[in-house]
Amino acid sequence: MAYPENLLYSKSHEWTKIEGDEATIGITSFAQEQLGDITFVELPEAGDTLDVGDEMGSIESVKAASELYIPVSGEVLAVNEDLEDAPEKVNESPFEGGWLIKIKLNGEPADLLSASEYAELVANEAH
Amino acid sequence: MPFTPHTAEEVQAMLDVIGVRTIEDLFADIPADMRPKSFDLPQGLSEMETCAYLEQLAGKNNTDLVSFLGAGFYNHYIPKAIDNLVGRGEFYTAYTPYQPESSQGTLQAIFEFQTAICRLLEMDVANASVYDGGTAIFEAMMMAVRAGRKRKKIVIDESISPIYREMLNTYTNNIDVDVVVVPHTEGLSNVEALKAAIDGDCAGVVVQNPNFFGNVQDFTELFEHAHANKALGIISVYPVMQSVMKTPGEMGADIAVAEAQSLGQPLSFGGPYLGVMSCSKKMIRQIPGRIVGRTEDIDGKTGYVLTLQAREQHIRRAKATSNICSNQALCALRALIHMSLLGPEGLIRTAELSMERAHYLADRLTMIEGVELLNGAPFGNEFAIRLPIKAEEAIEALMDKGFVTGFPVGRYYEDMDDVLLVACTELHSFEQIGVFTELLGGIL
Repeated sequence: MAYPENLLYSKSHEWTKIEGDEATIGITSFAQEQLGDITFVELPEAGDTLDVGDEMGSIESVKAASELYIPVSGEVLAVNEDLEDAPEKVNESPFEGGWLIKIKLNGEPADLLSASEYAELVANEAH
Repeated sequence: MPFTPHTAEEVQAMLDVIGVRTIEDLFADIPADMRPKSFDLPQGLSEMETCAYLEQLAGKNNTDLVSFLGAGFYNHYIPKAIDNLVGRGEFYTAYTPYQPESSQGTLQAIFEFQTAICRLLEMDVANASVYDGGTAIFEAMMMAVRAGRKRKKIVIDESISPIYREMLNTYTNNIDVDVVVVPHTEGLSNVEALKAAIDGDCAGVVVQNPNFFGNVQDFTELFEHAHANKALGIISVYPVMQSVMKTPGEMGADIAVAEAQSLGQPLSFGGPYLGVMSCSKKMIRQIPGRIVGRTEDIDGKTGYVLTLQAREQHIRRAKATSNICSNQALCALRALIHMSLLGPEGLIRTAELSMERAHYLADRLTMIEGVELLNGAPFGNEFAIRLPIKAEEAIEALMDKGFVTGFPVGRYYEDMDDVLLVACTELHSFEQIGVFTELLGGIL
């Protein structure tokens, strides 16, 4: 499975795309596949300030509901409102149309993984 | 269900299968000093002795009193068909089945119960029920706290049932929720004070209609104010009265709960009763407990399933929405059959007859010198009066004459020892009301 090289990854399977002082966050293709059909995504509100590791919402599939943890600190600029009516976008396009939130960064990101490091983590978890 | 004890052979066969010698071996993990030395039980009695003893105990109950006691629990007529139907073997369990989809009949009954509750309260979603009205109000409060994220304050009207307030105090004792009680004014909710208490830290406001004093109020404006401040409106109602009163849905409530004892449950010394929970569609992922949904199987046939369970205890463990994972299936079935047999017209007629009698009683009682209504606000089938003596004294005096006068409000509210809460239902006759008025007048 290929993971985009331009993204950073967390051990809890979120991806972060950093552009200047802004970042877009989503969950990885591996995470959506593990969850199965996603039925609901609960996200923070624009304006909320979150610290790295905070719970930023939850994601519910036909199998289970899991917390989402924010891999960087900052203020929420936007949330993906399309997911309210079409949560399946996270399954269909986890790295593009299924993004979760955009934030304005404050401070350094946590200890995040590169695409190859994340691929290795997933390979180990899968076995 | 017959009592079928195991024979010594059957017990031995089971022990052999699991590979232990005696039943005592099963408890080997519990240290000897942590086990009870004795259960302190008396010697066994014969069947005849047991029956005689229980009959003697039962004889101590007063079962033929004429009661005007309400305070949240009401003696409405229960159609005889209910006992007969819920007693059928297919239904006769207190629990939601644990292999739910194999019990389509039970699930269908719960689905229909949810539908009936949604129609009665004019709300979008109802769950399969919870233990009682107090549990329902606590769970509603926690829905608001979860939805409010960092908001930890819950504003509660003092004129909701004091029994519920005690339950809420117990439940919230060790959790991070700040319960703020807004005092009533002569038995009425102080809407302006409630509005003033709703600030940026408030997750929700809790009211009751009719309130504990029997008064009927419209909380539409309060809920609008709550919404403007991003707080939720929670209301507890009396299901029978909902057939004639403005509904939670009409008032714009986010969560509506009820003690549904009045729908087909006998008073039965305090339970089992039935907690009803319903909410707006927006709140669907916060409502705890079991929810039955209707779907189609692979052949296109209608099927019933438990739905929205991914957040519940049996899947999410410690991170579950709440620790509710069952419901009052049998009591919910009683309520469903009750509503089905009465229909909308029957429920309306029950409410009207109960109100008619209560208003007649209020007119008669206030003709007695020194007796007056606590307030002049509208009421349904229950009202509070001030007496020239303590309410407890009136209750005691009439008990000997075979009448339960009502509820002494001073038990829960300060400076209200002379306030008596009186309720009527369709079961009270005008003759009983007349005799009751004469007797009460005679002691005042």
